[in-house]
Amino acid sequence: MPDLVNNKVNSYQKQKNKNEMKKQVISFALMIFFTLIAFIIVGTGSMEKMFAVPVLFILAVVQVGFQFYYFMHLKDKDHEMPAVMIYGGVWAALLTIAGLGVITWW
Amino acid sequence: MSTTATQKRSIGAVLWDYMTTIDHKKIAHLYLIGGGFFFILGGLEAVVIRIQLIKPDNDFISAGLYNQMITMHGTTMIFLAAMPIILALMNAVLPLQIGARDVAFPFLNSLGFWLFMFGGILLNCSWFLGGAPDGGWTSYASFALTSPGHGIDFYVMGLQIAGAGTLMGGINFLVTVINMRAPGMTYMRMPLFTWASFITSVLILFAFPALTVALFLLMFDRMFGSAFFDVTMGGNSVIWQHLFWIFGHPEVYILILPVFGLFSDLFSTFSKKRLFGYTAMVFATMLIAFLGFMVWAHHMFTVGLGPVANSIFAIGTMAIAVPTGIKIFNWLLTMWGGNIKITAAMLWALGFIPSFTIGGMTGVMLGSAVADYQYHDTYFVVAHFHYVIVGGTVFGVFAGLHYWWPKMFGRILHEGLGKWTFWLFFIGFHLTFFIQHFLGLMGMPRRYWVFLEGQELDLGNWISTMGAFLMSVGVIMFLINVIITIKSPKAPADPWDGRTLEWAISSPPKFYNFKQLPLIRGLDPLWIEKTEGNGKIPPAEPLDDVHMPNNTFLPFLMSLGFFVAGFGFIYQTDHKLMLLPLYIGMAFALGCMAVRSFKDDLGYYIKKEDLEREAD
Amino acid sequence: MSHEDTLNPEVMPNEPEKATLEGKNKFIGLWFFLGGETVLFASLFGTYLALKNSTNNGPDTQELYGLGLVFLMTMILLTSSLTSVYAMYHMKNNDYKKMQLWLAITAVLGLGFLACELYEFAHYITEYGFTFRSSAFGSAFYTLVGFHGGHVIFGLCWLISLMIRNAKRGLNLYNAPKFNSFSLYWHFIDVVWVFIFTVVYLMGKVG
Repeated sequence: MPDLVNNKVNSYQKQKNKNEMKKQVISFALMIFFTLIAFIIVGTGSMEKMFAVPVLFILAVVQVGFQFYYFMHLKDKDHEMPAVMIYGGVWAALLTIAGLGVITWW
Repeated sequence: MSTTATQKRSIGAVLWDYMTTIDHKKIAHLYLIGGGFFFILGGLEAVVIRIQLIKPDNDFISAGLYNQMITMHGTTMIFLAAMPIILALMNAVLPLQIGARDVAFPFLNSLGFWLFMFGGILLNCSWFLGGAPDGGWTSYASFALTSPGHGIDFYVMGLQIAGAGTLMGGINFLVTVINMRAPGMTYMRMPLFTWASFITSVLILFAFPALTVALFLLMFDRMFGSAFFDVTMGGNSVIWQHLFWIFGHPEVYILILPVFGLFSDLFSTFSKKRLFGYTAMVFATMLIAFLGFMVWAHHMFTVGLGPVANSIFAIGTMAIAVPTGIKIFNWLLTMWGGNIKITAAMLWALGFIPSFTIGGMTGVMLGSAVADYQYHDTYFVVAHFHYVIVGGTVFGVFAGLHYWWPKMFGRILHEGLGKWTFWLFFIGFHLTFFIQHFLGLMGMPRRYWVFLEGQELDLGNWISTMGAFLMSVGVIMFLINVIITIKSPKAPADPWDGRTLEWAISSPPKFYNFKQLPLIRGLDPLWIEKTEGNGKIPPAEPLDDVHMPNNTFLPFLMSLGFFVAGFGFIYQTDHKLMLLPLYIGMAFALGCMAVRSFKDDLGYYIKKEDLEREAD
Repeated sequence: MSHEDTLNPEVMPNEPEKATLEGKNKFIGLWFFLGGETVLFASLFGTYLALKNSTNNGPDTQELYGLGLVFLMTMILLTSSLTSVYAMYHMKNNDYKKMQLWLAITAVLGLGFLACELYEFAHYITEYGFTFRSSAFGSAFYTLVGFHGGHVIFGLCWLISLMIRNAKRGLNLYNAPKFNSFSLYWHFIDVVWVFIFTVVYLMGKVG
C-alpha cells in the first residue's frame, strides 16, 4: 500500500493552490448572487417579459462562464483545445436551438 | 506476451486474440471484415431493388418488402458499411502516420467496434423477426410512428447502439491526434489523411448526439407513449426532420472528408510530388466541416419552412462548393508536372475526380431551393447522392484498400485484377446512376416500388439495372482478389515509394509499431529522409521499455449486454416478460463497466532487452 | 523500473491528474465528451422550446412551476459544484483524506438534489396530472429535465464507485485523472442545470 505521508507537495505550489481556491470561492459567491438576481426578477414580476427574458439569458451565460473558466479551469494554460471544442459545441448547439426553436412551427 | 512473431497459432488462439484485442491494427481488420460483410449485404439489397425496377409493373417483390429493401440498403450502406470501413482505414493508418504506438484509448477503441458489430447484427435480425424497418433510412416521424410490427424499433435500437460506438471512435481519434504525435510532428506537418480524420472526428463528436436524441424521442414515442411527434397531442413531426438532418448532413461530410484526405496522400505519392497548396487543403477541409453544420435544412426545402429560411440554407449549400472546388483544383495541380504512376489505387483516385465533381455539381443544382421543388423525391436526388457517395466514398475506400493493403496485411493486392475491378465497377456505376438523373428529370419518383407502362421510363431503368449487375461483377472480382492475395509474396515496408511515416516501418508493422518514437523533420517526413538523409527516420528517444495495454474480453461482453437489452426494449411493448432481458442486459453491461472501473489495468512492459533482439 | 513506482513518486507533481500520458488523454477526452454533451442537451432544449406551448389542455408553464423548490435545488447543486472544487484543491495538495471528505459532501448534496427533483415530479403527477404522456409539453419537459437527472444519477454512481474503489488505494498518478474527470463532469451537470432553471423554470414563469 502506498505510503501517502511521505509524498511531499512543493510549498510554493501549496500557496498557489490556496490563492486559486480563493478565486474559486469568489466565483461561487458571484454565481449565487447572479442566481438570486435571476430568481428575484422573476419572483417579483417587476420586469416586463421583453426585458426579462434577455436579462435572464445573459445572467445564465455569465454564470456558466464562471463555471467553465474558474471551476473547470478553462482560463488556465493548456486549455486551448478544450476551449475550442466547447465553443464548437456551443456553436452547433446554437444552430440546433435556433432551428428547432424558430423554424419548427412557423 | 511473446515478442517472437513467427509462432504458429491455432485457429482458436487467433479467434480469441481478435475477440479480446485492443490493438488498433487488429481492430482495423475487424472493422474491415464487419464493414465488408455489411457492404455485401447492402449490395445484395441494391441488386434486389434494381431487379424489381428492371421493367414496369414488376412483381419480383411486394411493395412492403420493397420498402424494407430500400430502407435497409440505405441504412446498411451508410451506417454499417461505409462508416466502419472508413474507421478501419483510420484505425489502421492514423497512429502510424503520426508516430504513435496505439490510439489514446485502446479499450474504448475495441468497445466502439463491438458496439457497431452488435448494433448492426441487431438491426439485421429484423429481417427474420417480422420484417425490417420500412420508413426509409431517414425514418421520418409521421410514418415511423405508425409502422406496424417492430421494424422501426429495430432501426432505433440498432442505430443507437452502433452510433454510440462511432461516437467513441470519434473522441478516440481526436485525443490521439492532439496528444500522441511524435516529436517534431506539428499540426501543419501531419499528412492530409490524418488532418481529414481529425476534422471528421470533430464532425462525429457534434453530429451524433443530435441523432442520439432523435432516436430516443422516436423510441419514447413508439414504446412509451410520449407525444413528441404525435400531432394529436401537440407534437410536431418536423422536429424529427430537424434533428435527423442536423445529424444527417454532417454525416455525409463524415463519409467524404476522410477519403478527401486519403486522395491527397494518394495523388502526391503517385505523382512523386508534394501536395499542392497544403495549407489551403487543410483550411478547405475545416471550412467544409464548419459550413456542413449550417446547411441541414436543404433536405427540407419542400417542408414549408418559408422563403427566408430556404434562402439562407440555399446560400450556405452553394458556399460549400467553394472549398470543395479548391480541393479538386489542388489535386489536379498536384498531378500537373508530376511523375505519374497508374496503379490500381491511382485509377480509383483518377476515376473519383470526374465522378465526384458531377455529384457535387448536381448538389449545387439541388441547393437552389426553387429548383428543388421539382427535383425533390425524384431519381435526380438518388442520382446525386450516389454520385457523391459511390463516386466519392466507395471509390476512396477501394483506393485506400489497394494503397494500404500491404500495411494492413503484409501483401499487395493483385494489380491486374484490381484494374479490371475498377473498370467494371466504374462503367457499371455510371451506367446505373448517370441515367437516373434523366429518369428523375422525367418525373420518376423515388422510393416507389414500381413504375408504370407508357411513362417512357423502361429503357432507362433497364440500363440502370444492367449497370448494377456490372458493379456486382466488379465487387466479386475484388473479393477474388482478396482471396488470391492471401498466398501472394510478402510485401516490403515501402511498396509505393511513399512519403509519409507509415511506410517507414515494416508491412505489417510489429505489434508495438515503433521501437523508438520517430523524430519528424518536416512535411512528408519519409520523403525528406529519402532526399536529404539516409532513407531512414531518425529516432527521437533512446531504446527503452515499451508500455503496452492488455487484451480484454470486456468490450465484447459489454456490447453483448446492450444487444440483449435492445431486444428487451423492442419487445417489452408486447409482453411484460421481455422486461427481463431488458433489465438483465442493462445490468450486465453496467456490471462490465463496473468491473472495468474497479480493476487496476496498468498494462505491461516490453523489456528493452527483448526489443534489442528484434530485427528492425 | 517498476510501473507501480512511477505512479507513486516521492514528490507529487503540481497537477497529478495530467502528469501521465493517460492522465492527459483522459483530461482532453472528457472535455471533448462534454462538447458532444453540449449538442445533446441543445437538441433536448430545442425540442422543449418547440413543444412547451403544446399543453393539450393541461397546465402550462406559468401555472405549473414552483420557484421555491427550484431555487433550493439550484443552491444545492451549485454548492455541490463548489464542494467538488474543494475536493480537487485537496487532491492537488495531496491530502487524500480531505479530498474524500469533500467528495462525500458532494455526494450527499447530489442525493439531496435528486430527492427534491423526485418530489417535484411526484407533485406534478399527483397534483396536476402532468405526466410524460399527457401532452407534447409533458414529454418534452420530463425528457429534458429527466435526462439531466439521469446524468446526475450516473454521476453519483460514478462518484460512489470511485470512492469505494480508491478507499484503500489512496491517491496516486493512476487514479488522480479519474477524480479529475469526475469533477469536470460534475461541473458540466451544473452548467446544464443553470440553463434548465433559466430557460425552463424562470422563463416559463415569465411566460
